[in-house]
Amino acid sequence: MSQSMAHHAAHDEHHGPAQGKGVFGFIKRWLFTTNHKDIGTLYLWLAMTSFFLAGAMALVIRAELFEPGLQFVNPNFFNQMTTMHGLIMLFGVVMPAFTGMANWQIPMMIGAPDMALPRLNNWSFWLLPFAFALLLSTMFHSGGGPNFGWTMYAPLSTKYAPASTDFMIFSVHMMGLSSIMGSINIIATILNLRAPGMNLMKMPMFVWTWLITAFLLIAIMPVLAGAVTMMLADRHFGTSFFDAAGGGDPILFQHVFWFFGHPEVYVLVLPAFGVISEVIPTFSRKPLFGYHFMVYATVSIAALSFIVWAHHMFTTGIPLGAELFFMYTTMLIAVPTGIKVFNWVSTMFKGAMTFETPMLFAIAFVFLFTIGGFTGLMLALVPADYQYQDTYFVVGHFHYVLVPGVIFSLFAATYYWLPKWTGKRYNECLGKWHFWLSVISVNITFFPMHFLGLAGMPRRIPDYALQFTNFNMVASVGAFIFGFSQLLFLYNVIHTVRKGKKVEEPVWEGAHGLEWTLSSPPPYHSFTEPPEVK
Amino acid sequence: MSMSKQTRLVSLLFGVVVFMFGFGFALVPIYNSLCKTLGINGKVTQDNSQAASGVDMSREVTVEFVATNSAAVPWAFYPNVTKVKLHPGESTRLSFYAENKTNFPMTVQAIPSVTPGLAAKYIKKTECFCFARQTLKGHEAMDMPLIFHLDPALPSKISTVTLAYTLFDVTGR
Repeated sequence: MSQSMAHHAAHDEHHGPAQGKGVFGFIKRWLFTTNHKDIGTLYLWLAMTSFFLAGAMALVIRAELFEPGLQFVNPNFFNQMTTMHGLIMLFGVVMPAFTGMANWQIPMMIGAPDMALPRLNNWSFWLLPFAFALLLSTMFHSGGGPNFGWTMYAPLSTKYAPASTDFMIFSVHMMGLSSIMGSINIIATILNLRAPGMNLMKMPMFVWTWLITAFLLIAIMPVLAGAVTMMLADRHFGTSFFDAAGGGDPILFQHVFWFFGHPEVYVLVLPAFGVISEVIPTFSRKPLFGYHFMVYATVSIAALSFIVWAHHMFTTGIPLGAELFFMYTTMLIAVPTGIKVFNWVSTMFKGAMTFETPMLFAIAFVFLFTIGGFTGLMLALVPADYQYQDTYFVVGHFHYVLVPGVIFSLFAATYYWLPKWTGKRYNECLGKWHFWLSVISVNITFFPMHFLGLAGMPRRIPDYALQFTNFNMVASVGAFIFGFSQLLFLYNVIHTVRKGKKVEEPVWEGAHGLEWTLSSPPPYHSFTEPPEVK
Repeated sequence: MSMSKQTRLVSLLFGVVVFMFGFGFALVPIYNSLCKTLGINGKVTQDNSQAASGVDMSREVTVEFVATNSAAVPWAFYPNVTKVKLHPGESTRLSFYAENKTNFPMTVQAIPSVTPGLAAKYIKKTECFCFARQTLKGHEAMDMPLIFHLDPALPSKISTVTLAYTLFDVTGR
């Protein structure tokens, strides 16, 4: 670390990136960069690309489900679409997007010159394009890509899986490696590089939520790596971890997977909580209500997330005592989450609120994420879950927490920080159009799914009984409106970067924190001298 | 030279990663021993020391038999009786037909599984072909015996129990 500090200090503070001439220079600059802002940008563009790719897959699914019967794709391809859509949205969109934001924001928020391990940072990012190339290549293999859902349940993923599954396994290994290294870097940065005076309880909420998330990641990604390694061994090395014929147990896979899988959903949502906790105070012009409680709530959500995993497996025949235990621990998570929602609402209460695009997305987050939380509570009830398990109700539930929840928080964060990152103002009118089209269409898409699920429509099927037609049509129409509205977002971001109006300081009058003391855009190397924190 | 704060922290975090990778694999024996101790998940313990403690004539339980081969075992394998009704405590003897369809001797191990899982610990086997490995020469056939009874303590809400065997190739192991 002392070496990298010395390196930065030796340079002129305001020089830009070292970029050579032509295409080669461009490639070299981005391939070898160790600057946290550059790497953040790379992560964010990767996430943007994957977002449209996985979104297009979702539209294939919704097009097929517009009417009963098989219209466009065969069932095997349909299953590949659901699998890939899930895997890419999780590992290719939400996680890289938040890692990108962590790269951009955390050093600026805590007054650090860069990430603690800049070269590791470069490697963490550059593993990802290769991992996704590997994953996407499976679509072109003979026998097709993985078709067993993103949860890759054995024996679907071992005995009955297409040959390309091995590519998926190695791709998951690479993504895991990337996010483990990214997390180690984030923890090292937060714990070691804070500016003098920035003690833990003065850190911005986004930094806090990322610290917890990074700890979750280093605890669970190795477990996922273990699970897929066991899959690989079962497929090729004659072991039978998950094969009942050899004394193994397919249910074991579900336990190992969900031991990773449940904390994983908090990996996705905790940074979103952090973003919302930054945006709402800014546009309410009040400090965050109950900062300490927010921190403790985040820690307790993370701790609880390790002892709830079997609520994904209520119908596998686990004993009654275990069902009760996992039901109660799951419902307990509603308490810290409720504290968070209460604090966001209290922050807005009697605030001098204005409704710029980031704030609109943040408010929509609070409303719609809470709906997703409530359906989660319904699913946590053992007797009710016996009816809801593997229906569209589950699909509705997790899309409510992930789309108007996590994805909306990513939009809020992008609109909020884009002027800081680029020094240019995005088009507010276009941003509002993006918001209103998204918030309406997201409800048209996902709300009917709850009714479909309650009426008994199973998830992951390309065809369905006639009585489900109307709600499916509504959902598909909503999905296409939602999908195409996102082009407004893409256009707005590109337009801002290339031709946006220069932003005048302060970017947001209500924004506080170290990153806002820097110019917009911030110098390529910021905080080479640690700032003084009161 | 003493380690810097940074190196110490990163090594610690790396240690956590390695530990959790190991923990993922440790879940396998933890899971198996938990299932065994608690008698859940259909893993039959081959403890046949207890004798039947009286027969419960008040109810009858249907026991169904299922036989499957793993992909590497080209044998004919099926139960000679697919279903019996018996009173808990009542002992019964039946057999599974097995025939080695290959030209060479093979050794197999039968792995039992019980549905519902909670019934597993109430199935008491006195004799079972699954207790030992079975070797058949090429094209040889035999009826493999199974003697068992249901423990009268079997919860009364369970009226059907399915006993499944899968043959697994252990030749040369």
